[in-house]
Amino acid sequence: MNRVFPVLAIVAAVLFAAAPFVVAQTPNEATMGVVQKIFYYHVPAAMAMFLAAFVCGIASGMYLFKKNEAADRLAVAAAELAVVFGLIVLVTGPLWARKSWGVWWQWDARITSTLLMWMIFVAYLLVRRFGGAGAEKLSAALAVFGMANVPFVYISVNIWRTIHPTTAVVPKLPGGMKGPFWFCAVSFMLLFGLLLALRARLELRRAELDKLYLQADEE
Amino acid sequence: MFLRVAWLVMRKDLTVEVRSREILYTTAFFAVSCVLVFAFALVKEGRPLEDAAAGILWISVAFSGTLALGRTFERERHAETLRALMLAPAARPAIYVGKLLGIVLLLLVVEAVLVPLVGLLFHAPLTARPLTLAALLVSGTVGFAGVGTLFAAMLVRARSRDVLLPILLYPITIPVIIAGVRGTAALFETPPADDLAGMWVALLLFFDIVFVTLSLWTFEPLMTE
Repeated sequence: MNRVFPVLAIVAAVLFAAAPFVVAQTPNEATMGVVQKIFYYHVPAAMAMFLAAFVCGIASGMYLFKKNEAADRLAVAAAELAVVFGLIVLVTGPLWARKSWGVWWQWDARITSTLLMWMIFVAYLLVRRFGGAGAEKLSAALAVFGMANVPFVYISVNIWRTIHPTTAVVPKLPGGMKGPFWFCAVSFMLLFGLLLALRARLELRRAELDKLYLQADEE
Repeated sequence: MFLRVAWLVMRKDLTVEVRSREILYTTAFFAVSCVLVFAFALVKEGRPLEDAAAGILWISVAFSGTLALGRTFERERHAETLRALMLAPAARPAIYVGKLLGIVLLLLVVEAVLVPLVGLLFHAPLTARPLTLAALLVSGTVGFAGVGTLFAAMLVRARSRDVLLPILLYPITIPVIIAGVRGTAALFETPPADDLAGMWVALLLFFDIVFVTLSLWTFEPLMTE
């Protein structure tokens, strides 16, 4: 971890520095023109957010049922990243929507479920921070319930009209857009992985430090 | 055995409630004030807003439900009876079911006051489809209280539980609120949209099954110190 991390961090930095140039070379989309380029940040950030949410939900379940402390540390790290990447999605989304749909916000299934999922992870962090003793379990339960909730939100909002493009858009991207899109997606995934590992390690160090404090107190 | 424990826990809660009537009176009064606040906000020149009734009904249910959940477990905490319940040689999920039934019954009584009031103040056609309306209310209340009972029980030990309960509860119960409001709004149309309302009842039932199962499953590890 110690040796691989700086290398990967440099790779991620180079990828992100190169991304604007790669995106600039892509063909303009026929109807939306240059506005569509926000797609190269919006969708990879959303992918990172959903990955983070998924990691947090699974890790929370493992902590809840198996009492696995490492899983709990992973869950906190993932929850924080879900909030960060979610914020990117929720900022870039309305910017794009204003230009292509003419409104900042639509109560569409995908958008609403993303917002609610983001809120669940904000609540996770709030509970974690202000819940006092036993907050780890509480927040783990919230993550598990939050995961189970997503399909319900999606179905219930889907009855209202949907204008957000579906995920089927990504595999059908034209050639000039496909490469840059996956370039950005890989950059975001790498950043996500690095931050996750770093944050989980910080949590581990904190736990170790707490243990040392307790030991020093006893002596 | 399971059902017997659940029944006993529910009877205990209802007996305490019948003797003091504290939660029932305060929650019902709160729900009524809620509806009145909406009436003052949304009634213009003596006429209620179109389609407002369903939303107001469910917001009032959600708000007063949160209050009732908090109060029920505050009472357990105050008298240290939750610890006694947990020490009892009974299955934890049975205790959860007992608490859930008690809260659902309490909320249904509150709704029995709330629904006619909303009908009266916002000109909602309550009598058009009373059975579907009842199905929506019961399944919605079970879903809301199912998640709420678990979180309120867990929060008993937490520091800032009054604030944390709505923070945890509302994002998770959004589907219940959406389904309840949309279903009720479909019923209040003239003529009532039966298909749509039926679909929302089905979604609520599905939600109830998934979330009550999940709660039964997590109640044990969550309530163990």
